[in-house]
Amino acid sequence: MSNVPAELKYTKTHEWVRTESDGTVTIGITEHAQELLGDMVFVELPEVGRTLKSDQDCAVVESVKAASDVYAPIAGEVVGANEALADSPELVNKDSYGDGWLFRMKPANAADLAGLLDAAGYAAVVAEENH
Amino acid sequence: MGNRTPLYEAHVALGAKMVDFAGWDMPIHYGSQIEEHHQVRRDAGMFDVSHMCVVDLRGARVTDFLRYLLANDVARLTVSGKAIYSCMLNERGGVIDDLIVYYMTPVWFRMVVNAGTRNKDIAWLRRQAPSFDVEVDVQDELAMIAVQGPNARAKAQAALGERIGVAPQLPRFAAVEAGPLFIARTGYTGEDGYEIMVPVEQAEELWNELYAQEVKPCGLGARDTLRLEAGMNLYGQDMDEDTTPLISGLSWTVAWEPQDRDFIGRPVLEAQRSAGVPQQLIGLVLEDKGVLRSHQTVYTAQGEGEITSGTFAPSLGRAVALARVPAGSVSECEVDIRGKRLKARVVKPPFVRNGQSCID
Repeated sequence: MSNVPAELKYTKTHEWVRTESDGTVTIGITEHAQELLGDMVFVELPEVGRTLKSDQDCAVVESVKAASDVYAPIAGEVVGANEALADSPELVNKDSYGDGWLFRMKPANAADLAGLLDAAGYAAVVAEENH
Repeated sequence: MGNRTPLYEAHVALGAKMVDFAGWDMPIHYGSQIEEHHQVRRDAGMFDVSHMCVVDLRGARVTDFLRYLLANDVARLTVSGKAIYSCMLNERGGVIDDLIVYYMTPVWFRMVVNAGTRNKDIAWLRRQAPSFDVEVDVQDELAMIAVQGPNARAKAQAALGERIGVAPQLPRFAAVEAGPLFIARTGYTGEDGYEIMVPVEQAEELWNELYAQEVKPCGLGARDTLRLEAGMNLYGQDMDEDTTPLISGLSWTVAWEPQDRDFIGRPVLEAQRSAGVPQQLIGLVLEDKGVLRSHQTVYTAQGEGEITSGTFAPSLGRAVALARVPAGSVSECEVDIRGKRLKARVVKPPFVRNGQSCID
């Protein structure tokens, strides 16, 4: 079973969400997701300033094996993107919850965060997949 | 559960991620496909290729049989142990399989065919062999380990000691028997190395001896990126029963001379050649960021084509592909990647050989 940090929120589509002290959220893909995809070779991120709807596909993580869409966990505006991934996409594999983060958003409505999965809920999703 | 090679337990113990490949449970990687790729380009790696099928062909007329069966000409082989790469064609000139055949003695050739085509290959051989009184003997008691990379031969020698026999003196594309082993200086990576056939019951011991020399285990994932960088076709993707060698980048494997040698598929190839070969297999390097993958559409000045094999090439840090496109001169094209048209440069494969980039 891969690592599912208790302090993060999650989606069924394997994104994780961390609320920062300034109210923005950082988004990445889970350790489980990067394990499934294998070695990352290319990451396409949303432009800063873009407004996203909830569940909108907005980024692509591409491994040696396959390309996979990343979805906006909540509605909001993109306020940052992890530029380091352009040259080092393998950060997503090495540190999926840290240096391998993908982008930051300013939520349109902070209450939307309550609708995301907690760690136990996400662990159940992964367990169901492995079943 | 799929078929298991004698090294299955060893793979699992090494933490391999196992996948189904042509009905076999095979390791796709042991942690990182890209690191395994680099290991082979820079040092030495080993692959379990026991799923491939070894067939011995014996008989007084075995040379005549193979000259009729194969598009390449085994009469070119005059030194024991030397091998050729060839397509085995159907009557329509389509490729039943691609294979390596070793000339051992005037009455014995050894053939290695793909795992995924095993049953139809054996059926085809058995159908054609009787009129030449050739015996078709499938060697299921042999496992096979490919040791590949610039240090592969030295490390194999260190692992095997005296048991390596005269294999260190082998020229490229030749093999020799060494006691119970059959050692060939061949491979599917674009690097030097050996493919070692070993009796099934000794396979794990040999694997462990190589491992002790720091020959790192590598999975089918790295095998695919290595072969594609080396510009080598993969059966079922880059050619199949509906494509001739001429439209699959394999014209070099068709022996047209002597003109009176009849081989299965020859009339169709002759007709295609004189009418003008309609398509060609070309190499592509993506100029933009992204990954080329099979079945993506390719746009050229002559019309549309399709990628047959594509990947991110770890040794080049960019995507490369083989693509089948209409005949004619092409230097640039565009590829549809997830709805966007990206520019690709046309190059002559290989993309990488002996650790060096061939494209810039």
